[in-house]
Amino acid sequence: MDAMAELGAGSLLLGDPAFNYQEAELNERLKRLYPAVNEDETPLPRSWSPKDKYSYIGLSQNNLRVHYKGHGKNHKDAASVRATHPIPAACGIYYFEVKIVSKGLDFLSSLLPLSPIPGWDKHSYGYHGDDGHSFCSSGTGQPYGPTFTTGDVIGCCVNLINNTCFYTKNGISLGVAFTDLPPNLYPTVGLQTPGEIVDANFGQQPFVFDIEDYMSEWRAKIHGMIARFPIGERLGEWQAVLQNMVSTYLVHHGYCATATAFARATETLIQEDQTSIKNRQRIQKLVLAGRVGEAIEATQQLYPGLLEHNPNLLFMLKCRQFVEMVNGTDSEVRCFSIRSPKSQDSYPGSPSLSPRHGATNPNLHSAGADSPTCSNGVTPPNKNKSHNKYPGVSSASSSSSSSPSSVNYSESNSTDSTKSQPHSGTSNQEETSDSEMEIEAEHYTNGVAENPSARIMNGTYKHQEILQAQDISLEDSCASRQLCGGNQAATERMIQFGRELQGLNEQLCREYGKNVTHKKMLQDAFSLLAYSDPWNCPVGQQLDPMQRENICSALNSAILESQNLPKQPPLMLALGQATECVQLMARVRSGSCSFARVDNFLH
Amino acid sequence: TKCVHLPPEVTATSRHYVDRLFDPDPQKVLQGVIDMKNAVIGNNKQKANLIVLGAVPRLLYLLQQGSSSSELRAECAVVLGSLAMGTENNIKSLVDCHIIPALLQGRLSLSACLRCLRTVFISPVTPVQLLYTDPTVIPHLMSLLSRSQRTQEYITQIFSHCCKTPEHQTVLFNHGAIQNIAPLLISPSYKVRMQALKCFSVLAYENTQVSMTLVNVLVDEELLSQVFVRMMQRDQPIDMQLTAAKCLTYMCRAGAIRTDDSCIVLKTLPCLVRMCSKERLLEERVEGAETLAYLMEPDVELQRIASVTDHLVAMLADYFKYPSSVSAITDIKRLDHDLKHAHELRQAAFKLYASLGSNDEDIRKKITETENMMDRIVSGLSESSVKVRLAAVRCLHSLSRSVQQLRTSFHDHAVWKPLMKLLQNAPDEVLVMASSTLCNLLLEFSPSKEPILESGVIELLCSLTQSDSPALRVNGIWALMNMAFQADQKVKGEIVRALGTEQLFRLLSDPDSNVLMKTLGLLRNLLSTRPHIDQVMSSHGKQIMQAVTLILEGEHSIEVKEQTLCILANIADGNTAKELIMTNDDILQKIKYYMAHSNVKLQLAATFCISNLIWNEEDGSQERQDKLRELGFVDILHKLTQASDPNLCDRAKTAMQQYLA
Repeated sequence: MDAMAELGAGSLLLGDPAFNYQEAELNERLKRLYPAVNEDETPLPRSWSPKDKYSYIGLSQNNLRVHYKGHGKNHKDAASVRATHPIPAACGIYYFEVKIVSKGLDFLSSLLPLSPIPGWDKHSYGYHGDDGHSFCSSGTGQPYGPTFTTGDVIGCCVNLINNTCFYTKNGISLGVAFTDLPPNLYPTVGLQTPGEIVDANFGQQPFVFDIEDYMSEWRAKIHGMIARFPIGERLGEWQAVLQNMVSTYLVHHGYCATATAFARATETLIQEDQTSIKNRQRIQKLVLAGRVGEAIEATQQLYPGLLEHNPNLLFMLKCRQFVEMVNGTDSEVRCFSIRSPKSQDSYPGSPSLSPRHGATNPNLHSAGADSPTCSNGVTPPNKNKSHNKYPGVSSASSSSSSSPSSVNYSESNSTDSTKSQPHSGTSNQEETSDSEMEIEAEHYTNGVAENPSARIMNGTYKHQEILQAQDISLEDSCASRQLCGGNQAATERMIQFGRELQGLNEQLCREYGKNVTHKKMLQDAFSLLAYSDPWNCPVGQQLDPMQRENICSALNSAILESQNLPKQPPLMLALGQATECVQLMARVRSGSCSFARVDNFLH
Repeated sequence: TKCVHLPPEVTATSRHYVDRLFDPDPQKVLQGVIDMKNAVIGNNKQKANLIVLGAVPRLLYLLQQGSSSSELRAECAVVLGSLAMGTENNIKSLVDCHIIPALLQGRLSLSACLRCLRTVFISPVTPVQLLYTDPTVIPHLMSLLSRSQRTQEYITQIFSHCCKTPEHQTVLFNHGAIQNIAPLLISPSYKVRMQALKCFSVLAYENTQVSMTLVNVLVDEELLSQVFVRMMQRDQPIDMQLTAAKCLTYMCRAGAIRTDDSCIVLKTLPCLVRMCSKERLLEERVEGAETLAYLMEPDVELQRIASVTDHLVAMLADYFKYPSSVSAITDIKRLDHDLKHAHELRQAAFKLYASLGSNDEDIRKKITETENMMDRIVSGLSESSVKVRLAAVRCLHSLSRSVQQLRTSFHDHAVWKPLMKLLQNAPDEVLVMASSTLCNLLLEFSPSKEPILESGVIELLCSLTQSDSPALRVNGIWALMNMAFQADQKVKGEIVRALGTEQLFRLLSDPDSNVLMKTLGLLRNLLSTRPHIDQVMSSHGKQIMQAVTLILEGEHSIEVKEQTLCILANIADGNTAKELIMTNDDILQKIKYYMAHSNVKLQLAATFCISNLIWNEEDGSQERQDKLRELGFVDILHKLTQASDPNLCDRAKTAMQQYLA
């Protein structure tokens, strides 16, 4: 093989704004067409390869234009070039087009748009322009389609789901050309006559053929296949599994009333006892409301020794507590504000109790396993994305509740909550358990009716919405957001707490060695003080109530683990497994993974 | 009362239901209707009983009665709707009881009434005309369209079902069907969208006015054609894709959308090809193929595109494989299904092949090369189903336009045999196609011509010329014309004998100009080569000259007159026949007139005639030249040598040379 080391023209043009624009458009189109492809693992073809080509082939225009510069006297003079990368299986369906700019001096123009890795001139698949024949491996051609010539746009679509390929001419599908295609095919073009020029389109421009329409058919097919997946005789078993998954999920997150109602309706058993669930729920509520100090205290009361055995977790909690103090939400600073009498009534003792936490620290051991990011389920990025993406979903789905039982439960819950609302000032147990239930109940019972996994995000989202609502009311009470709620005494308390936190870090360093994560966490938290408006500063992200979720989930998992219960709900495990499976499918070249994405089922 | 064939005990319970409708207490009547409702649901026997016992008029009375509560009226409508869901006989009885006007006059806003009305109207036993008899009905239904998704669904379903003729289309169009129904295309309800779409497909079918209006309609700021394109997306339900493709097809055929518009070329056509694929249901494949055939019938470019799309030509071959050998053995239900659709599939495939091959020689070749194609056509020609026979002969006709196919596959498979058989006894539409195909088979280069002649086809063709249908007369005489082309004396004589001079001259005064043209063509072919000319003219010269005179004097098209002058030119070529012209001063004057005509074709033909008369090498040419000089023909010829048309100029110069020699 006489591959010539030719310099791609692309590098010379990097500064060209038109080229950059085209590049951006290409990236966007490829992302849209092949969302399942992980380009770090399997890059998509974007141009012809200046390395993998015959010397008779010349490249130009960012390695997209191919021209023939050989003699073109006979078949031996045929030359070809292939794309930089093979087609990733995760594309599901892959498509590219070639425009015949000039058919050359005599009437022979040929294309061989596919070849596998080894010996890329043999074992190739193609469609010839001069006679319209298709050929497969160096065999003789079969009558396939029409001939093509200057001005025609020829497309090639590889279906990696059923391993077939079809060509298009000027946007018209010519029908299946090959079946049983091998994996790892490269887009390829072959030329044979002087003057022949072809331009490739790997997504740089809109395609003439409506490939997205074709993809939509296969997406619908695969979704239909999943929806109709036979369960058969295992139907009863299946239902029990699903109910169990929902139930454990509810219990895990401490939705006590909902879980009880669900268990009653489905006649299932709950592993954990009521009080334990309620306790966890209460602690979670505190963290999510930004009252981390109280959460730490409650944890220490209810689960003595837990935090002592998890010094990393405690440190994370304390860091968060510091952030919440800046935010003005932690009770240690809130108590200074006369504007929120309710919380002051509820937690009269907390400020005085806090300092003791520092004193208990020396006895801590490292549990080590929990890092701040891994504890929040398997798919943290998705979770965040869905929060932002579907802000209106919750109201729509709660109004569309269809099963009569779910309506009943949600009604009873909402009456509970209206009753409990007036008391909430006096009994924080009540407040934390029921105010959220009226919404949660509807969501989860709804979810059961069809697809339990489909509603997870809703649930979490709902969670979020309540917190935001609280924040808003908080903001309302303090006319504008101010450091520690704008209270001098609170600010002093915060600074003191910061010192204690610093001390705790040093102590942990001495005992367990340096911890980069801790250092970074502390730095970020303290950085907040460097800005006049911490909410609008480069590290202001920390103040977002959404940031409480990770630590909340970590604490919850730690509590469950200490009670010998699974630290992750089976539902999240199943979700994680499904996501992993789909990624694995891409690696073992099963094209349907492209249309079986887990996110598609999480609305 | 009507004759009742029911066991007494059944009648007794049923009668009880009916009796309760007559209770003086309105509350008890209501309860009675509700009980009746529960009794008839899904029970066809009970439905029949109640109808026989006269429940319908009473229910209708209660429905229309002003004093009835709205609840009672609603329940009555539900019961009537339930009765309508039964057998066809039930519907007949309901229609006989004038349920339609009652439901229409009643408070139609009740969706139960509309539902019942819908059920009655979509039954094949209900005459659709009933929707149009009262002119207030359609405006009323239009006004109810905005009520609810239910009313939208029922009303559009009634419209799409009852729109069967161009008159119906016009009535609905004039009552604002388009503006009222267009917004329903983006309804959140699939059923509503689907019924609205069906409405548009029946409204646009072969209707230019509707189609032209549709292209400019906007739905939510989007052009209707784009809405249809979206409905054809591959992830939409098949029914929706197919119906949307029909809408665009009809709009295109009506001239509202160009055939090269991308929504036709890149969307509608590929969508219809997909409908023909093996993955679709048999019904969908039939409709898809028929619609595609209709779409591309007049446009060769669409035919070319379709012929390379998704292996369509090969895909259609599968249409002939039902019932499949597998279904016969394994699955009796499937066999039944296959059998039911087998005819429909075959005729649809033949239609599509006919449309594909109607213009392009390469496509015809591709079709005839499809597995067993000619055998399938041959057996299709003798199938019991008229629809299949018609489609098969259409396909054969389309392929018979190919010189190459006539020479090869047509002869190899002796298609003329079943074709001749078909001509013996068939409905007119089949006869038209078959005789038209026969015309092509009788072309002089067709190897089938000889065996067809020997099979005694002449009598049959002559009888066709006596048909009431102009199309059959044309085909009959056309076939005879082709047959007479360069034929030997025996065949020509047989044609004249079989047709009879009387019929020949009757055809020369046929009101259809096509018939006249082909008859003149036949005459011209009969009058070719000198001995034949003299022979025919010696026996029929007088009548022929008379007919020629009449035509040249009459109001006819240039083509007819040209053909007639050509016949004269042929006569002028005969030895003895020449005299018939030379002795007829009237004809000579006419020739002179046409030599000076403003139309070059007529001038050419007339000059040709004179040229034949004065040709030097023949006996008596000198005398004829002299006579024609006297009549002033030389002056005219002289003038014509200066003509701007080169052919005419040459022809006149050649004629003048006869004088100079």
